[in-house]
Amino acid sequence: MTRKTIQVNYLARVEGEGALKVVIRKGRVQRAELSIFEPPRFFEALLRGRDCSEAPDITARICGICPVAYQMSAVHAIERALGIEVTGALRDLRRLLYCGEWIESHALHIYLLHAPDFLGYAGGIDMARDHPEAVRRGLGLKQAGNRLMALLGGREIHPINVRVGGFYKVPERSALQALVEPLEQAREAALATLAWAAEFDFPARERDYVFVALRHPQEYPCNEGRIVSNRGLDIDAEDYEREFGEIQVARSTAHQSRLRDGTSYLVGPLARYSLNFDRLFPDVQRAARAAGLGSECRNPYRSILVRAVEVLQACSEALRIIDGYQAPPQPAVEFSPRAGIGWAATEAPRGLLYHRYQLHADGSIAAAYIVPPTAQNQSSIEADLADYIQGFLDLPDEALRHRCEQTVRNYDPCISCATHFLRLDWDRE
Amino acid sequence: MAGRFLVVGIGNPQRGDDGAGRAVVAWLRGRLPQAVELTVQDGEAVALLDRFTGTAAVWLVDACVSGRAPGTLRRFDAVAAPLPEALRSCSTHGLGPAQAIELARALGQLPGRCRVHVIEGAEFAPGAGLSPAVAAAVPEVGARIASEVAAAWRATGADHA
Repeated sequence: MTRKTIQVNYLARVEGEGALKVVIRKGRVQRAELSIFEPPRFFEALLRGRDCSEAPDITARICGICPVAYQMSAVHAIERALGIEVTGALRDLRRLLYCGEWIESHALHIYLLHAPDFLGYAGGIDMARDHPEAVRRGLGLKQAGNRLMALLGGREIHPINVRVGGFYKVPERSALQALVEPLEQAREAALATLAWAAEFDFPARERDYVFVALRHPQEYPCNEGRIVSNRGLDIDAEDYEREFGEIQVARSTAHQSRLRDGTSYLVGPLARYSLNFDRLFPDVQRAARAAGLGSECRNPYRSILVRAVEVLQACSEALRIIDGYQAPPQPAVEFSPRAGIGWAATEAPRGLLYHRYQLHADGSIAAAYIVPPTAQNQSSIEADLADYIQGFLDLPDEALRHRCEQTVRNYDPCISCATHFLRLDWDRE
Repeated sequence: MAGRFLVVGIGNPQRGDDGAGRAVVAWLRGRLPQAVELTVQDGEAVALLDRFTGTAAVWLVDACVSGRAPGTLRRFDAVAAPLPEALRSCSTHGLGPAQAIELARALGQLPGRCRVHVIEGAEFAPGAGLSPAVAAAVPEVGARIASEVAAAWRATGADHA
């Protein structure tokens, strides 16, 4: 039987360096291996010995697209270790900043990275020539997120205004009011995005995922909540390491996370949505249903719709926060250093982001441990490929390769977070 | 005149020679017609694209790494052709100036004149200033841009004010 190897040097539109190998024997997909060869980045070791107040700015550098997530998990974990709590307007501002990142990150992925897969383009720039109105809408959405980031974070990328206890500087109410009109336009654009993406042709593929996400008593999760699953898990972040573990695989510089019983699980938009549909605003729920989504979504190709729902939710939430905002008297809660340990998980655009810090009595960091969403999703990406690609094996090689890439891009993987482009190897006999 | 003139210095002043674009904009202050807008930016594509709106002519100035001698100056006419592959950002999530230009072209939003000046950098260490070769190149690239802006400005028939 002929043995065939197809090698693709770059899988574009994912962040980071990696490779994908699909092994096919006798017409069956035997296994799919995602290898990440992004060099290790040593952030956890870099943090040791630094003052805990430096953690939000150091960890923000892990990712250019979701720095707020790193800042938020860092400050929440450190505040827990220090025994301080950030409430009221400061908490709202953090949530508002996170809304900015969700809008920015999701809009970029929907329009420039993921939609080209559905509309048959090599990338967002090619798509823009034929679909300029759609791309303008996407860029406008992203810009609304950028503006929130710039106002609250000090700049669009790697914000510099987040500190343990709150912010260095908080905005006046009038400054936030200036964002109302752009956010209202963004909300309309998000609704249009949902209606646009609902017309795409989605492969009918579903798996029985173990969904893991935060859940909050009232809110669609972002900064706070218990870690829950659709298998009955319901824990505080303190117990994360009891339930989840990381394994090393020889092909990857990123760890792979599993539940302690070895099961792979999924974090990110599908998990968040499926575990928290009832926490979406009623009009957002209606918009999701109108786009053809149920209260749960197990088809990762439809994640583009779920991201659009989350952008809509984030725009509405941002407007709600701005409407009720009164500048707090102090930009941050003061704290005294002390020895301790703290844990936190927040919802990065790509899913649950766990941080643990152990502090010395002088506030310096004794140990840091960070589990990014893409590390948690790696084994789920492999399982999707092994499972879904089987049904596409009769496609011509080029189309099949594209389908593999799309299957990876469903996750909007941030490989540089987890440890720059994907090489694809077919091993077919 | 129809549309603004804009000069954008791109880069991070905290990262050695990546501050070159901003240094050129600082040098240009007071040396251009008042109506010409000078701004600095980190190079994020969507924010940059946003600045192109209503702009008739734009000059971008940035540092680059291409293996040439530090301080080497190069100029590209981005209206005539896309920037060379080697000047494109290697990140897909972090879209840079080259992607902003191509998106603008695809969307029909590229200003009628778009010149990109790049200075070859040597050192990009956090907290470092400009390296001597790059610092020495700043007035030269500034003077080139000032000359181009002045010529384009005269062509619009506007007063030098």
